[in-house]
Amino acid sequence: MILLWLILVPFIGGLLSLPARRWRDYAPRWLALAALAVDAVLVLTLFADTGAAPKTDWLAQVDWAWIPRFGIRFHLALDGLSLLLVGLTVFLGFAAVLCSWTEIRERQGFFHFNLLWTLAGVIGVFLALDLFLFFFFWEVMLIPMYLLIGIWGHENRAYAAMKFFIFTQVSGLLMLIAILALVFLHYQTTRSLSFDYFELLEADLYPGAARWIMLGFFVAFTVKLPAIPFHTWLPDAHTQAPTGGSVLLAGVLLKTGAYGLLRFVIPLFPGAAQDFAPVAMTLGAVSILYAAKLAFAQTDIKRLIAYTSISHMGFVLLGVFAGNAQALQGAVMTMLAHGVSAAALFMVAGALQERLHTRDMDKMGGLWTLAPRIGAITLFFSVAALGMPGLGNFVGEFLVLLGSFRVDTAITAFAAIGLILAPVYALYVMQRAFHGPASPCEVRDFGIREMGMMLCLIAATAWMGLHPQSMLAYTDARVNGLTRTLAQRGP
Amino acid sequence: MTADAFAALLPFIVLSAAAVAVMLAIAIRRSFRLAFWLTAGGLLVTLATLPCALSVAPAYVTGLLLVDAYGLFFHALFLLAALAVALLCLAYFRRRDNENEEIFVLLLTSTLGALLLVSSAHLAMFFLGLEVLTISLFPMIAYSVRASRPLEAGIKYLMLSGLASSFLMFGMALVYGDLGVLSFEQIGASGAELGQKPLALAGLFLILAAIGFKLSLAPFHLWTPDVYQGAPAPVTAFLATVSKASVFALLLRFFTTVHAERSETFLCVLGLLAVVSILAGNLLALLQDSLKRLLAYSSIAHMGYLMVGFVAAGLLRRDLQAETIAFYLAAYTLTSLAAFGAISAISDDARESDRLSDYTGLFWRSPWLAAVLMLSLLSLAGIPLTVGFVGKFYVFAAGVQAETWPLVTTVVVGSGIGIYYYLRVVLAMIRTVDTAFLPAQSLHPAAGLVLAVLAALVLGAGLFPQTLIDAASQTPQISAGAPKGNRHSAP
Repeated sequence: MILLWLILVPFIGGLLSLPARRWRDYAPRWLALAALAVDAVLVLTLFADTGAAPKTDWLAQVDWAWIPRFGIRFHLALDGLSLLLVGLTVFLGFAAVLCSWTEIRERQGFFHFNLLWTLAGVIGVFLALDLFLFFFFWEVMLIPMYLLIGIWGHENRAYAAMKFFIFTQVSGLLMLIAILALVFLHYQTTRSLSFDYFELLEADLYPGAARWIMLGFFVAFTVKLPAIPFHTWLPDAHTQAPTGGSVLLAGVLLKTGAYGLLRFVIPLFPGAAQDFAPVAMTLGAVSILYAAKLAFAQTDIKRLIAYTSISHMGFVLLGVFAGNAQALQGAVMTMLAHGVSAAALFMVAGALQERLHTRDMDKMGGLWTLAPRIGAITLFFSVAALGMPGLGNFVGEFLVLLGSFRVDTAITAFAAIGLILAPVYALYVMQRAFHGPASPCEVRDFGIREMGMMLCLIAATAWMGLHPQSMLAYTDARVNGLTRTLAQRGP
Repeated sequence: MTADAFAALLPFIVLSAAAVAVMLAIAIRRSFRLAFWLTAGGLLVTLATLPCALSVAPAYVTGLLLVDAYGLFFHALFLLAALAVALLCLAYFRRRDNENEEIFVLLLTSTLGALLLVSSAHLAMFFLGLEVLTISLFPMIAYSVRASRPLEAGIKYLMLSGLASSFLMFGMALVYGDLGVLSFEQIGASGAELGQKPLALAGLFLILAAIGFKLSLAPFHLWTPDVYQGAPAPVTAFLATVSKASVFALLLRFFTTVHAERSETFLCVLGLLAVVSILAGNLLALLQDSLKRLLAYSSIAHMGYLMVGFVAAGLLRRDLQAETIAFYLAAYTLTSLAAFGAISAISDDARESDRLSDYTGLFWRSPWLAAVLMLSLLSLAGIPLTVGFVGKFYVFAAGVQAETWPLVTTVVVGSGIGIYYYLRVVLAMIRTVDTAFLPAQSLHPAAGLVLAVLAALVLGAGLFPQTLIDAASQTPQISAGAPKGNRHSAP
């Protein structure tokens, strides 16, 4: 039941924040915080229940009949991996509400409604273990996100919102077809019609079919991740979204793609995934380098951060398809660490835009002297993003490279160049925006609300870097399961 | 006449009596409200007689009509849709006093035509039902006689319908000339050697052309946008739902009873019609600036999707085909009624609001109305949470299971294009404009009631579709004597 409440609380909170606006202008955002606080309590109880190192695979389950005609069930379950990601979602939910505190002044009720519904959809994606239900949440989280970009976005919002929706929707349809093909092939051999994850894990597919079906899932997840060549929606969507939307997009929505690869592509099609691994790993390495190069060429600060996201997600793709324990752990770690650091960078960019009314770095400069706190925090997260040892991103990327080196030396060596390019663009931001001659205007520095929020994110990043084992313990069981599956059913 | 036959005929008798009663009432006292209440009462009483007819189903009456569960499902759907249209008319024609009452007579007779059409078991009744439906529709389309657009639309529909009817007659003549029988069953009995009967086969193709015209399948679709745009909005709602759904329901009954699916050519032609309709409808909808024209092209595409379901499910099993068609048509009827209902609610007899610019900022002027329109557009686009998604799911499920990959690919491409133009309308509605200059939309209570119920149904059947699925899958028995399939054992 607790799993259902995890989804229902933001869902109901969203509904309530619509009328709340009539009562007080600021009521919706307090309501959103309250809903997130309830969710946070639920997540913490789940963490407390499991202890430091979970022994069993599945920590909690909900399984009800939903549409018996097609054997579709309302099946939610939680393991260490989903627990960490749900935790990240709620954590960044707070960040998204807090960073919209002063930015969003109009239509607050509807804004927080969309924000909370996006979160509900994402949590649903992380919990669903019925493939139909998964697809349902996968699509449901799109609409509120689309509205967030389309209503509160910046100058080119209509284009960006449309592009975001069409990319994800069409790739989603490919996934739906793949799901249906999988279900019906399973039905032909067993005569039991089911969309249930555990039942489909047993599906016996001939290699040709498995390859095509795997590709359907792969395309949907790499569009969301995103990786080259499906990445073109991301810079537009991230740039045009309001800060809260960018935080959710970069911090959480991208992770659903990576989660899908880990949860569905590898366990359902271990053989096909291993055959496909060289291609996927190459795509990952190319993403890392190509996006890093593009990031360097941007003058729009949000666009630059968006490209760095693609670059970092390349490490996740590389790690997932390398398929050994280190690489998989590294991929999970990168997902968490990048979620926090990208969210923080987008919040900085949003704060700058709120103050300077521009995202163009050519028009910035010398901000350090005007707003030293913003400068210091940007420096911290730039350094985190470029992979400074001692911070979360380093652990993730290092483990990914370590793991994939044993699988494919050439691709890994190629991908490792990304670690050289990352400092280039990270320091470029610092140099362009914060150093140089100061412009004569006044810039309000971060206040208590913003500093408090940023310190939490800094603490999280440092914690992940200094004591990564506390996170890795939760995914140990899942990762070992994956490597076992790959070893047994691989070619 | 036996008691059983009387029970089976009861819906038709009551509905005809209602039409006569309304006509007489108008002759005695011209009152818009009185005519409305009589109509609504007539429709509700007819609805109440359906269980009575179901108790004797399946039953042949006079050799012309076959009253069975399949037909009665559609009867219920059409009666409810007609009730919704009557309520919309009440709101739409409120400004015109003492010259509106006849619309209700026409509504009742055209509904009667639709009921006869789905229950026909004989080419003669097919023709009669179609003509009763069509002839009642001409004056309805041209009902706002003072404006030029409705008159143009009425004339256009009259001319082209006449042409289609002559095709239909000629096709029937060819079938009769070759086989010497007119009842569907008897045509089916001689259907085994249909391949060697070129005249009968040619006749079937001519009948298909006539049906294609009524369904506005490409390339027979040229009348659709003009007539949709010209007709008063409630009439467009009726035309888009009851008229099309009844013809499609008949198409399924006719072509499966005469075993047209045994002819490979026939299925190929249907598949081709589907592909052309999906592509033409979606591509042309991109260019529209009138919401009614846009929905007209979208309906062409939807008939194409439905045809994909028809062909694909037809390759699998008869009962699945009926279930797919019944569910999709019900979903499409609900959704289209909501969409046209929303258009109707902000239009009236004096001014038809169908330009996209009329919808700019609607979300901030009248949020509930805009929410209903948005919901119906999302349902047309096939996004989860809505009943349209379940309908599309049926089409995909049938297409994937029958492995008709070209058709499935076309549906994916079509849906991708579709999202663009549906979202254009959504974008217009959420555009933030200075609402002070735009008038707030006042909503007539009758229209408000219809829209609220329809929105609840679109959402409810989208979240919990099992009830509607049960109702739709009660219908597999198309021809009397066919064994009832065990519907829960297999997809």
